[in-house]
Amino acid sequence: MTQTTIAGTDNVLPPPTERYTVLGWVYKNLFNPWYNTILTFLAVGLIYAVGRPTIIWAFEQARWEVVAVNMRLLMVGQYPLGQIWRIWFSLYLLAAIIGLSWGVWIQRKQFWGVLFLAIPVGLAFLPAMSGSTARVHLIALAVVAFTGYVLGRLRGKRLQRTVIYLWILYSPLLILIVSGLTRPDSWFPIVPSNLWGGLLLTFLLTVVGILFSFPLGVLLALGRRSRLPIIRWVSIGYIELVRGVPLITILFMAQIMLPLFLPAGMTVDRVLRAMVGIILFTAAYQAENIRGGLQAIPPGQYDAAHALGLSGLQTTMFIIMPQALRNVIPVLVGQFIALYKDTSLVAIVGLLDLLGIAKSVVSQPQFIGLQREAYLFVTAIYWLFSYLMAYLSQRLEVALGVGER
Amino acid sequence: MENHAPRLHSSVPFWRDVRVLRIFGQVIFLILLIVFIGYLLSNMLGALQRQGLALGFSFLRQTSGFDIGEHLISFDRSSTYLRAFQVGLLNTALVSFLGIVLATILGVIFGIARLSRNILIQSLARAYIELLRNVPLLVLLILWYTGIFLKFPRINQAIRLPGPVLLTNRGIAVPWGLPTETYSSYLFILGIGLFLALLVAYWLYQYGRRTGRTPLIWGWGLGVFLVVALVGWFVLPGPALLLDAPVVQGLRIAGGRQLTPEFMALLSGLAIYTSAFIADVVRAGIQSVSKGQVEAARAIGLNNFQVLRLVVFPQALRVIIPPLTSHYLNLAKNSSLAVAIGYPDLFSVSGTILNQSGRAVEVIALVMVIYLFISLLTSLFMNWYNRRIRFVER
Repeated sequence: MTQTTIAGTDNVLPPPTERYTVLGWVYKNLFNPWYNTILTFLAVGLIYAVGRPTIIWAFEQARWEVVAVNMRLLMVGQYPLGQIWRIWFSLYLLAAIIGLSWGVWIQRKQFWGVLFLAIPVGLAFLPAMSGSTARVHLIALAVVAFTGYVLGRLRGKRLQRTVIYLWILYSPLLILIVSGLTRPDSWFPIVPSNLWGGLLLTFLLTVVGILFSFPLGVLLALGRRSRLPIIRWVSIGYIELVRGVPLITILFMAQIMLPLFLPAGMTVDRVLRAMVGIILFTAAYQAENIRGGLQAIPPGQYDAAHALGLSGLQTTMFIIMPQALRNVIPVLVGQFIALYKDTSLVAIVGLLDLLGIAKSVVSQPQFIGLQREAYLFVTAIYWLFSYLMAYLSQRLEVALGVGER
Repeated sequence: MENHAPRLHSSVPFWRDVRVLRIFGQVIFLILLIVFIGYLLSNMLGALQRQGLALGFSFLRQTSGFDIGEHLISFDRSSTYLRAFQVGLLNTALVSFLGIVLATILGVIFGIARLSRNILIQSLARAYIELLRNVPLLVLLILWYTGIFLKFPRINQAIRLPGPVLLTNRGIAVPWGLPTETYSSYLFILGIGLFLALLVAYWLYQYGRRTGRTPLIWGWGLGVFLVVALVGWFVLPGPALLLDAPVVQGLRIAGGRQLTPEFMALLSGLAIYTSAFIADVVRAGIQSVSKGQVEAARAIGLNNFQVLRLVVFPQALRVIIPPLTSHYLNLAKNSSLAVAIGYPDLFSVSGTILNQSGRAVEVIALVMVIYLFISLLTSLFMNWYNRRIRFVER
């Protein structure tokens, strides 16, 4: 890093004509060697050829009411109407935590922050939202997020630790809020998981997958590097077996074979089966990622920890793991994004996640032939959150200074 | 006087001896694992027994009784389950192979475009990559299939592209070659061409070893092959292949080759999706070659092409190959998503077999073993290739 700054090859300013005139910039970036001129015209032609019909279709021909009418289904599936306040409540919590994190870590990127705030507000003013309580809630969400941001900026560094704890606490809390605690007739009834659906189910599958696959992955990674041959071979066997087959076969196995493996009379509902499949699958990949981090630890670290009199467990927990995980944070987050995208596969085994709901919506008689609209909406939602996660992970990488030590 | 010389073996009792504990712990772990797996298996056998099923693969020889839309080898209702598996496996192999080729071409193009100095090209490539990387493949495939390939007009209003290529909602028809009687002799000539090309390549390789020069082995080999193929085409009394163009005949298409929408959607979806990942790998690989290498290569008088061929690519390839392997494997495994759009690949056919025969355990086990085998084969090959090109430390 420092060397390039000293050598300065990247920092040499271009000559003033290119720096200060629009024409100079255009010439340099679009028409400089002769072939770039051709490429530029080709690209403009391509953008026009694809963009124009797409825009015309999106604003004039597309019938977006298929999305608007089914918005609640797409978001929460069959979740009981009387209990939807719980979903909003967990969203408020999420907005507050995101706002706080933004204020604490990502202060400079004002533009993206504003854009992020604009998402709920923009959604609120979609014509599809008129007259629903969702509009009020969405605006309130933006307000909560902004409050969190201001708080994060004001308190700054002192809140860092708290915010990390909040993030860790959030996932179990979310599952608790959604699934409920008490009997059906009281104020906080249990909502059985076959009623979870839409984006809610997608998120829950993701969160549960992340929460449980991670510790399993750590154990498998340690097992694969263990000096004990049996444990090592069992870990290797598991990891390679799972990584060698597609996720869909594992999900199928979880749906069809899991009931067979359990003692007679014991049943597991389908959402839980899918969760088990996703966890077992992701754990093998996470194990390999974590192993990569473990391999990057110089042996001197083990020796030093040993010399200090730490036991094997203490060495792993306090010396090796923190460094190993820190090294592979981008890879781990990448795996979580992949997990989020992979949850869409549960639609194939018949669960009603975001994609599953969209599939059932377009098979309703009044929405026949509106696949483009419905699936484009689903694509956009998947894209939005996936991109957001990737972006935040990049910021996190910079904030933690990965690869700079 | 007693001998107090230090004993070679410590007097730690065996229950605190680390070496004993290690073995003991592993044995306990193994016993627990075996008991756990045995428990699951006994549950499974019990459940199967209650359903009146016995494990075994003899059902593979039974008649399948269903049709498969696309088959590379002959298949009908009276074929066996085993034959159905083979049909599915071949379909998977076909779509994976073509997908890998297409994805690599697209990926390299977009990876290089991402590094273009033309800001428009660069942003287009970037948008392409960012758009595709963050969308689930399954959603993309379904959108692709139902939103584009099934929305083409009916056959009698087919969209006509130059070629002629016909786009319809029943599939895409492309021109195809019809073999004539000289076809087999032409294949023979191609064989000779391949042999000559290999000979030339081998000779150039030896020449390069001997003299330290770097002839274009691939280029010369390919050139020899093309020359032989071209000469052979005109030497033969008649053309070896006749062009068979598709035409609309009433409500169906005659002639040419018709590709189903399922196949096209799966192939293009897989290729496009994977190409975004490959593009990123290619970009990272090229960027990993330090500027100094290029400058040094220029300084010793290599031209632009030589710099790329002899300095940048060999070094970039070392960075590119390992992640590329995993993306190839992903593509092969992702082809199982064909089940969502109805292309009869291995997994989709297995699902039908499972429903038809009720043999859940055997079918799932068989499918997993086949995919494992494919994965192992691919990674063995790529590991071998990786070893061949890796940096030799001197």
